[in-house]
Parts: sequence; C-alpha cells; structure tokens
Amino acid sequence: MAKVVAVTGNEACANALRQVNPDVCGIYPITPQTDMMQRFASFIADGKVDTEPILVESEHSSMSACIGASAAGGRVVTATSSQGLALMWEMLHIASGDRLPIIMPLVNRALSAPLNIHGDHSDGMGARDTGWIQLWSENAQEAYDNTIQAFRIGEHMDIRLPVMICLDGFIISHSIERMEYLEDDEVKNFVGEFKNMYPLLDLDKPKSYGPLILTDLYHEYKRAQHEVMLKVKDVVLGVAKDFEKLSGRKYGLFESYRLEDADIALVIVNSAAGTSKDVIDEFRSKGIKAGLLKPRLFRPFPYDEVAEALKNTKAVCVMDRADSFGGYGPLFMEISSALYQLKERPLMINKIYGLGGRDYLPSHAELVLNELNEIAQNGKIRTIKEYIGVRE
Amino acid sequence: MATALTLKELSKKEDLLTHGHRMCSGCGAPTVVKMVLLATEFPVIAANATGCLEVSTCISEYTAWKIPWIHTAFENAAATLSGVETMYRSLKKQGKIDKEVKFIAFGGDGGTYDIGFQSLSGAMERGHDMTYVCYDNGAYMNTGIQRSSATPLGADTTTCPAGSVIPGKLRARKNLTKIMAAHNIPYAAQASPSHWMDLMKKVQKAHSYEGPKFLNIIAPCNRGWRSKTNDSIALSRLAVSTCYWPLYEIENGVTKITSTPKEKVPVAEFMKPQGRFKHVFEPGNEWLLTRIQEEVDAEWEKLKHAEKCGC
Ligand SMILES: Cc1ncc(C[n+]2csc(CCOP(=O)(O)OP(=O)(O)O)c2C)c(N)n1
Ligand code: SF4
Ligand SMILES: [Mg+2]
Repeated sequence: MAKVVAVTGNEACANALRQVNPDVCGIYPITPQTDMMQRFASFIADGKVDTEPILVESEHSSMSACIGASAAGGRVVTATSSQGLALMWEMLHIASGDRLPIIMPLVNRALSAPLNIHGDHSDGMGARDTGWIQLWSENAQEAYDNTIQAFRIGEHMDIRLPVMICLDGFIISHSIERMEYLEDDEVKNFVGEFKNMYPLLDLDKPKSYGPLILTDLYHEYKRAQHEVMLKVKDVVLGVAKDFEKLSGRKYGLFESYRLEDADIALVIVNSAAGTSKDVIDEFRSKGIKAGLLKPRLFRPFPYDEVAEALKNTKAVCVMDRADSFGGYGPLFMEISSALYQLKERPLMINKIYGLGGRDYLPSHAELVLNELNEIAQNGKIRTIKEYIGVRE
Repeated sequence: MATALTLKELSKKEDLLTHGHRMCSGCGAPTVVKMVLLATEFPVIAANATGCLEVSTCISEYTAWKIPWIHTAFENAAATLSGVETMYRSLKKQGKIDKEVKFIAFGGDGGTYDIGFQSLSGAMERGHDMTYVCYDNGAYMNTGIQRSSATPLGADTTTCPAGSVIPGKLRARKNLTKIMAAHNIPYAAQASPSHWMDLMKKVQKAHSYEGPKFLNIIAPCNRGWRSKTNDSIALSRLAVSTCYWPLYEIENGVTKITSTPKEKVPVAEFMKPQGRFKHVFEPGNEWLLTRIQEEVDAEWEKLKHAEKCGC
C-alpha cells in the first residue's frame, strides 16, 4: 500500500536508498546534496540499514571507493552535486568502463566560476559522455521512482552500468512536495537481491580489474560499451512496466505532454517542465496547439523515439538549463541530431534559461511559445540560440 | 601460522606475481612485490596505483597477478582499496562471507607521496584494515623519470635536469614514513629488498595489526637511476649502509631502528654508481655533495634521537 507523504526531493531519495538497503555507500558533503546523505547517515546510525558507509575525504575518493566496493561485489551508492561530480570526472569513466552498477543521485547544481550553489544542469550535462546511464526527474516523486528503478536497470545482467539520477538542486531537493512512498518490502522485492558478476572477493577465482589495453583491443572495448548502451532502452521500458504494476505510475523514455497533434513544442527536462505544462494548457485553451516533450532517459538518448514524437510539429524550442559555450545547449544538440534524420523536420530554436538557479517563470514559457507560434506561421527564425530571463 | 622466514620454507611458496610480467629486467619493484606477497599468509586482495608496476603486470588479456587485483587510477589506490575493504566488512557483517582476508595497496612514490597523498591520508585516518606499500624509486618512472617529492636532493630528472645553472633537484625528500606514522596508525616502517628478512618481518608485523599500516620500500630503477641492471640489490644495500634509506619501524608510536650499519658509509658511495648523480661529482658542485651528506646525517641523527627518546 502506498503511503502519501509531504517530503523534499532529498528526503525522498534518501528514503529510496534506505528501502533498497545497499551494502556500501560513499558520503561527502556538497550543497544541495548534503542533506540527502546526512539523512542516510542517520538511517545507518539508527540501524535501519545494513550499509557500511565510507566517510571519504573527497568526491574523487568517494567514487574511487565506490568502484572498489562495487568490484569487490555488492550494491553501492553515493550522491553528489556540481563540483563534487566535476571532481569525480576521471572516476566516472572508470566506473562505467569497468561495468560497475553504482547508483548515484545527482542533485543538479551550477558549476564554478563564479561560485554558485543553485540549480542548473551544467554538472549532469557535462557528464553525458562518461558512459553512465542518466535518468532525469521532474519532481520528488520522479526522483524517488527513478532511484528505485535505477537499481533494476544498472544491475540488469545484460547491462551492468552505473546510473545517475538527476534532480534539480533546491527547487526539488529542498522543496516539500506531496508524493507517494512504496512500502519497504515492495521496494525490497522490486529491486531483488544483488547479483554479483566477477567479484574481487571471490578469492578462489582471482580476477584482475583495470588492465592496460593498448591499440590492439581498446577500440573494441569501447564499441562493446556503446553496444551495451543500445540495450538500455528496452530494459528501461521493461523495468518501467513492472514499476507501473507496483505503483500505478507510468514511465517511458520521455514524457509527451499534449504532443499528439501539436504544431509547436517545448523540449525541457526536470522541474521547469512542470511550470511549462501549465502554460501549455493556457495556450491550448486559447486554441494554439502547443505540446511538450520532457526527456527522462538522456543517456543513452532515444533518438528515433524522440524524432517520432516530434515529427509532426512545425516549430520546436529546446530549453537548456546548461550551456556549451560557443556551441548550442547540450539538449538542443541531441534533439537536432534526432530530428535531422526526418525528411521533413520542424524549425528549431534553443533557449538557455535558469542558470545558477535563476527563476524560470510562466512568463518565460509564454514568450517562447509566442515566438514558436510566429515561427510556425511565417517560417522565419530570428536567432537560433538565445539566453532568456537575462538582466540587461 | 606464519611461514617461517627461512629460504627453505619460503622457496616452497608460490610467487603470487608470476614471471612474464613486463617490467624492465633488474627492476627493483617486482622483487619488492614478491617479497611482500611471500611474507603474506592470508588470502590477499591487492590494489595498484597507475605506474610502472601496474602498466607492466596487467596488459590486455594477460595478468601476472595470481590474486584478486584492482587498478582504477593513479591517485587513488588507497581510496579504491578502502572501498574493497569496506565491502568485505559489510558482507562479513551480513554473514555473506566468512574468510579472513588481507588487503594490500601498491603505489609508486609519485602515486603515494604526491598525487595519491590525500587519498592515502584519508584511508589511514578512516582506519581501514589495509597495508599500503609504497615502492619508492624516487621519481615518476613510468612517464619517463620526472621529479616527485621523493626524488633525492641533487638528482637529475627530466623535469629537474642537471643543467649548466641548476644542478638537478634542489629540495630534500619529503619524509613520508614519518608523516604516515603521524596519523597514529599502529605500524609504519621503512624497508629495503637488500634486507629481505627485515622486510618480510615488517610485512608480517604489519599484517598482525588490524587497521591501517604503511610500508615504504626502496625499489631501485635502473632506467631512472641510470645504474647497471644487475645492481638493484647492491644499490638498495648501499642506500641502507649510507643511512640514505634507514631501516626502521614506528610501532604504536615507538621508533625502532631495525638495522644499524656497522660502519656508516659516505652517501657518495650510494650515488657514484648512479648516472642521475653524475653531475654532483663534477668540479664546482662539491657544495651539493656536502649538502646531501649533511642532509643524510641530520635525518639519521633525528632518527636515532627519536629511537632514544622513545618517540
Ligand atoms: C591523474 C593522472 N595524472 C598523471 C598521470 C600520468 N602518470 C601515469 S603513471 C605516472 C608516474 C608514476 O610514478 P610513480 O607513482 O612514482 O610510479 P613509477 O612509475 O615510478 O613506478 C604518471 C605521471 C595519470 N595516469 N593520471
Ligand atoms: S622504468 Fe624503472 S621502475 Fe619502471 S619498470 Fe623499468 S626499471 Fe622498473
Ligand atoms: Mg616512482
């Protein structure tokens, strides 16, 4: 039986981790994640989990220790934000290259300089090439649900990859929201017992982890990583189906909102999607066919499915809460790649919004939708990429 | 039961680092590793920092390690192993594993004194049950003999080359063994493969303690030291007899010199067979040799004092 609660995103994720009861976790403070692992540390202190914590001296060591623990053979979690993820960067590639299913909520926050502790997606988007599976979450409910599903996805015997669960710093991590918890035993049964693959702790069959691989086989090794990523979509959908049976909540590769007959569409991830949906409704009531696509699985990216979902639109704006300076926003690049394969494709623009926690307001969505409406009618784009909500 | 440290008994044991690894012939590092593993009784899991030892012992589909072994990166052998050890404790606590296991990290001086210093300090402070072994060859050898904070005063390396104005490295070594002991770990020691019995006793002593232990072991590198390939053991012996590399241990905070040279040989004897010190013996650089000797003498006196005062 589901339990309705009013909790923050951090609390929801900490609770998901408690229900999963991992064997080892790495803990290191960074705003806005700090509070999630603090809560988890209390679960440990109160004997509510069997988890052994490693109270590391840095995020680099946290990910290193998580890799060691995961290779040893068992379920491993950690969580971080921003600079912490940046410091882990080297090790993120090693976690995925070694095919270790480490689970990590990432409370999205801006990157320095200048120093800023508030939410944007620079950290998570910057980690898109690290070989981790990425699930993005609009609200606390999705962050909780994604965290639970992440174990089944990453630990799937055909996959064995680390998973990052992204949720917006402060906006979701620190705001109280009404949501539903599953029962402890439901989560336990859903994720199941951890299954080992080549554990270091199998002392009778010694293994070497982390060899030097030169030009003879490295290329093949990396192709294998690409190929396993291709299998992830089906696993994500299969796990979502099981999760729906358990929770009644439906998940896909992305969410389509009023998209079926839409002429204009926004593509936007995480919390700002919620704000945008309200404005979409307003436009619909005015008779303008607006819709929204909210990516959930960002790595691997479901190009074909996204193209299919957007193919009948006339104009699309991809909203990025991160920038690739001197390039387009990271989400825009993906959507462009997806739509390029279509014979006839919508016109596209890219807006950069909400960096460093700058508020994203309904009025911003309104401006963008009006612009899209014009583009859809006259076929003219003023500028492809533009910052919105900027002080001049 | 610990194996008796006699050649007869030890020769019956299997080498856990096999032949066929690709370290240079005459390299001190594999000898050090073999001695450490020979003296280790229990099932053992090793972590390895990036460096000569790591890149030469596990390439593509081949591994020279007969024990579970993990390499992840350069600066984090201690952190990586702390994860392995924590998983072991977690599974043991949950009744999923019951074997006694020992954990050993191997790192070069660069991976230990420099880039891995924080990770090592963190792991020691957290109290993981592991023995960290630094094989110290006094430079970043794998990338081509660059200076580390373990490079001896006066040495010529590719990043502190002996030039016409600057005669090699002008800073003394970092005293890492003392710094590790200052973490109040139960056991920290310095050893040399020339004194294999002393080395193996220290390994066994380290394993007899629960918690973090640190062993600093000199490991001559003929490529970087520009010495003869058959000189590794002779050079590591000279390192000890000149008091450049004193053999001592700090057990529960108490310092003990485990081998005092009968006659303290001038440090020049250790340096002369090594091309990296060639310039020190050239006219005009006498002051440098004097400074190196003074440095060695001062460290040796400090060590004797520490032993005497029981600190
Ligand atoms: C973060 C990082 N920086 C630099 C390197 C390049 N690197 C690899 S091995 C090495 C030198 C290792 O020196 P040391 O630890 O003394 O071991 P040795 O090779 O001398 O045995 C360096 C600089 C690396 N692999 N990773
Ligand atoms: S370069 Fe030096 S440390 Fe590296 S394998 Fe050769 S002798 Fe050994
Ligand atoms: Mg070295």
